Amino acid sequence: MIHLDIFGITNNGLLAVVAALTGAGLVFLALWIAGLISPSSFNPQKGEAYECGIPTRGESMSQFHVGYYLFAILFLMFDVETVFLYPWAVNMQEMGTAGLTCIALFFGILVLGLIYAWRKGALEWK
Amino acid sequence: MYNLSGITDGIHQFLSSFLAPWLTVTVECVLIGVLLLLVYSVLALFYIYYERKICAAFQCRLGPNRVGPLGLLQSVADMFKILTKELIHLKNIDKFLFALAPYLVIIASMLSFAVLPWGNGLQIIDFNIGIFFLVAVSSIGVLGILLAGWSSNNKFTLIGSMRSGAQMVSYELSIGLSVLTMICLAGTMSVGGIVDAQSDLWFIFKGHIPAFIAFCIYLVAGTAETNRGPFDLPEAESELTAGYHTEYSGIHFGFFYLAEYLNLFIVAGVASLLFLGGWMPFHIPGWEGFNHIMDYIPGTLWFLGKAFVLSFIIIWFKWTFPRLRIDQLLTLEWKYLLPINLFNLALMVCIIVCGFTL
Repeated sequence: MIHLDIFGITNNGLLAVVAALTGAGLVFLALWIAGLISPSSFNPQKGEAYECGIPTRGESMSQFHVGYYLFAILFLMFDVETVFLYPWAVNMQEMGTAGLTCIALFFGILVLGLIYAWRKGALEWK
Repeated sequence: MYNLSGITDGIHQFLSSFLAPWLTVTVECVLIGVLLLLVYSVLALFYIYYERKICAAFQCRLGPNRVGPLGLLQSVADMFKILTKELIHLKNIDKFLFALAPYLVIIASMLSFAVLPWGNGLQIIDFNIGIFFLVAVSSIGVLGILLAGWSSNNKFTLIGSMRSGAQMVSYELSIGLSVLTMICLAGTMSVGGIVDAQSDLWFIFKGHIPAFIAFCIYLVAGTAETNRGPFDLPEAESELTAGYHTEYSGIHFGFFYLAEYLNLFIVAGVASLLFLGGWMPFHIPGWEGFNHIMDYIPGTLWFLGKAFVLSFIIIWFKWTFPRLRIDQLLTLEWKYLLPINLFNLALMVCIIVCGFTL
């Protein structure tokens, strides 16, 4: 396997930090430039929420449809199970039958979970 | 194949000949940052132009054609225009979260952008869990979108961000599983390793049926992940004005726009990396002369070409399919894509175990 490294820096964590800082720098710089060259005028009406023209009624940071929570919880379960499968997938070809049997059991439970959620009607949007 | 790490090694030797080691690393990190920034913004500007031209072609229009040759400078002009627009100070927002949201969205796309391999030796981050890192950081973006919608204190943005969040987390599952299917075939999570494993034949041919199913699922899920095409209901104009970024003005809105186009490139790039060999030229086992000719085309061109073709397909989706409703969207993911994906993973494992790969 070719070892790819840029500039001989092998510390990928450092490079990831550099990339994250670049992203933050892009936002910061663009906001700074925009702050310098963009016009600014004050009008109390500008600060209102952009809804439909008449003043907003009630609280906007309010309760929302419970269905979103349900899908978030379902996602959490399946995503954690997928993460468990990653290390196995890398070593699949070396681990052979023993690994395959174990993961088939795990996979079966995962599928059963999906079937259960389906039968319970958790996958319906109400 | 050209190995471009020769260039970076040359710069490294030149710098370390007269600088202290820590200073060399600092200068190189700054260099990487500037390069990343330039490529990121140029690519985003190009993508905006690219999409507008393709949309125009689908609708029998000309598209941007006044600024610069063929309208190429239109998106540059748009960028300067958006920079000069006023940043409106809103009254009832959560100021900290409102300011934080664009940072999260841009950082997520910048991190996943840095993982993509551009050519032989032309890759910034190469973790041994590269593709897993990519999937992980790209899901930071959904946090930014949820924060943007919540902190704006507006009912449209709240509903838009909730829809967007539900959609993105659901389709992330499909992306994760189709990536998993290909990792089974590759036997490694390192991005460099995945490209290397395709040096004789691309994975979409090597894994034939399950790889092709995974490819289709990845494209559909990727389109949903970037809030595009038929899945753009988080920003359904007729219902929710502009979705989660309704309250953002000027360059603040520009960040979301930028990240959206870059995410399109990243999805296309990852698809080309996993299924079409990344920067690896098209090789057919046994055809030595043909393979040799293909090697003369630089890897970067291969990578960009594949990414642009796949982005064209994703843009094509947008002009072909009507927008889905939220219940149809969740049904598509949970009742169709997820079971197909699970079945496909089992099929891929069977094919690898039986040795039916090409």
